[in-house]
Amino acid sequence: MAGPLIKIEGLRVAFDGAPAVRGVDFAIHRGEALGIVGESGSGKSVTWLAALRLLPEKAVVEGRVSLDDENLLEVPVERMEHLRGGRVAMIFQDPASALNPVLTIRRQLGEALALHRGLSGRSIDAEAKRLLDLVGIPDAAGRLKSYPHEMSGGQNQRVMIAMALAGNPDLLIADEPTTALDVTIQAQILDLLQLVRRETNMALVLISHDLGVVAENCDRVAVMYAGRVIEEAPARDLFDAPRHPYACGLIDALPTLDAPRRLVAIPGVVPDPRRMPQGCAFSPRCAHAAPACLGGVPELRRLEPGRRIACARAGELDLQPAAVVPPVEIARPEVTA
Amino acid sequence: MTAPLLSLDNVTRTYMSRKGLFGTPVGVQAVAGVSLEVRAGETLGIVGESGSGKSTMGRMALGLEAPDTGRVALGGALMPALGTADWRALRKRAQMVFQDPLGALDRRVPVARQIAEPLEIHGIGSPTEREDRVRQALELTGLSEDHGRRFPHELSGGQRQRVVIARALITDPELLVCDEPVSALDVSIQAQVVNLLIDLQAERGLGMIFISHDLRVVRQISQRVAVMYLGHIVEEGTAEEVLRDPQHPYTQALVSAAPTPGAQRRQRVILTGEPPNPAARPTGCAFHPRCPVAQDRCRWETPALSQIGPGRSAACHLITDTPSAGMAAE
Repeated sequence: MAGPLIKIEGLRVAFDGAPAVRGVDFAIHRGEALGIVGESGSGKSVTWLAALRLLPEKAVVEGRVSLDDENLLEVPVERMEHLRGGRVAMIFQDPASALNPVLTIRRQLGEALALHRGLSGRSIDAEAKRLLDLVGIPDAAGRLKSYPHEMSGGQNQRVMIAMALAGNPDLLIADEPTTALDVTIQAQILDLLQLVRRETNMALVLISHDLGVVAENCDRVAVMYAGRVIEEAPARDLFDAPRHPYACGLIDALPTLDAPRRLVAIPGVVPDPRRMPQGCAFSPRCAHAAPACLGGVPELRRLEPGRRIACARAGELDLQPAAVVPPVEIARPEVTA
Repeated sequence: MTAPLLSLDNVTRTYMSRKGLFGTPVGVQAVAGVSLEVRAGETLGIVGESGSGKSTMGRMALGLEAPDTGRVALGGALMPALGTADWRALRKRAQMVFQDPLGALDRRVPVARQIAEPLEIHGIGSPTEREDRVRQALELTGLSEDHGRRFPHELSGGQRQRVVIARALITDPELLVCDEPVSALDVSIQAQVVNLLIDLQAERGLGMIFISHDLRVVRQISQRVAVMYLGHIVEEGTAEEVLRDPQHPYTQALVSAAPTPGAQRRQRVILTGEPPNPAARPTGCAFHPRCPVAQDRCRWETPALSQIGPGRSAACHLITDTPSAGMAAE
């Protein structure tokens, strides 16, 4: 098996001294779909914005992001601009604000095609039309003349996907691509991403707060909390038998379409990055916290094939999903920031 | 059988909208003849996509907007005209919880004072009584008195939504209309707020309308469900029946589009076409351009909402003509 397409090692990001990402490792192979879930502030978006060097200057980024044998964090700016949109593309939650309102779809798609594929003139039109067809926009030729405001949210997101595909990327990072869309349109867009992935053998990173969306569309899922990956496993295994108390909590908190059961809320809120709790960042909210959890940030360890867990008690816990267990109070020495 | 707490009888609401600056105004019908009832102690979930008219329904149920035709009655009495003294008095009996708690709160005022505001407006209680009620409302929604002294930006999203709920409950309303109350919240916090609403309703026998696009949350919280499409109810029944065994092709598509972890990707009904646009309502059944089983008749004839079982109704020619033929969910 060939090496991974992209490999993130020891990635750390801080804003004004406050850590947003605290040591993240990922490896993604060609054609693979990795889902990343987590609540707001978990660092799931920042990780990938940092990898593509899309963060503002004040962000301090450390670590290594290897695309084949290039370190994206160190390549010259011109090279990065070529890779971004070329080999690696990213789409965002709100397509309307990612498109330029005063340019036609043709201009915006054409720009990407000229930049990354060196096309010009007629060949741009032909390729732009092919891309719009690929993403399922009816009357592609007519739509090239349209402006973003003349199209619906779902159609704009299709245009964004078409633009991302313009450079024939090896990796597409989709950050909450369907969150702003209606349910039936969301299903269309997710289906489209799967289709494109199958046809082009592109790797996909799907960032979402919706565990259901990720479960149905990804091979592997990583759960992030407070700037770290706390569990990573094949999608099926993660949802059938989560091993980290936080991953288990997220699943228990999720209502289902089957018979209603009492939802198990995770007590408390995510920690303030400037005042991280001692040891495991989840321990103040955890029902299984023990003194062992305060002895340093738990490593993300490979406990079984294909599965990594960052929990000091991972070996001994037998998690029972959907059980109401209050968090455990443990003696906690004062922490100085 | 007791009279319903809230009843909407064949209500319609049309907004005037202008295409371009000097265009002729055209009517956009947001709600096109809807009847429904909510009993005390019952939650009715209203689901639908943007443009389905579900929020307009909620506003009419509260009397924040008057229907163009049809009638709205709360506790058996007709909704008084907008802005009258009677209408204002009625406001304390029916309250609303919105999607965006930060937008619903004043950033410059500590939240306890904002919770007390409805009491001041309606002239309820003495200052000390008001303080007591605020304290109770904070406790009821799982907030501490310390939270009450803080400003909205000093609270988390879930805590802010609790403040909005506390404020809505302080006048002891009989009806609560929640419009996407948990859509902006993270999963773990969403569960806290959903549990809170379920408990409050059970304790106080509230009638509740829960408007959401998220079928999973609606399933969790509602006893009955009404599915809306372009201003019409297309299916209605118990949450259990409608979401387990949807009959209308649109409901079937919605249920199949709801992502479910655990279950691997099932065979989906993926609707083609654009989300509904109330400004360009199709003829006949409004759903026919996206319907996978539409027939010729659906293009011209609007199906009426008809009873298809006990407490269960649907508006689809294919169901009412040939019961359960060719309408299996998968």
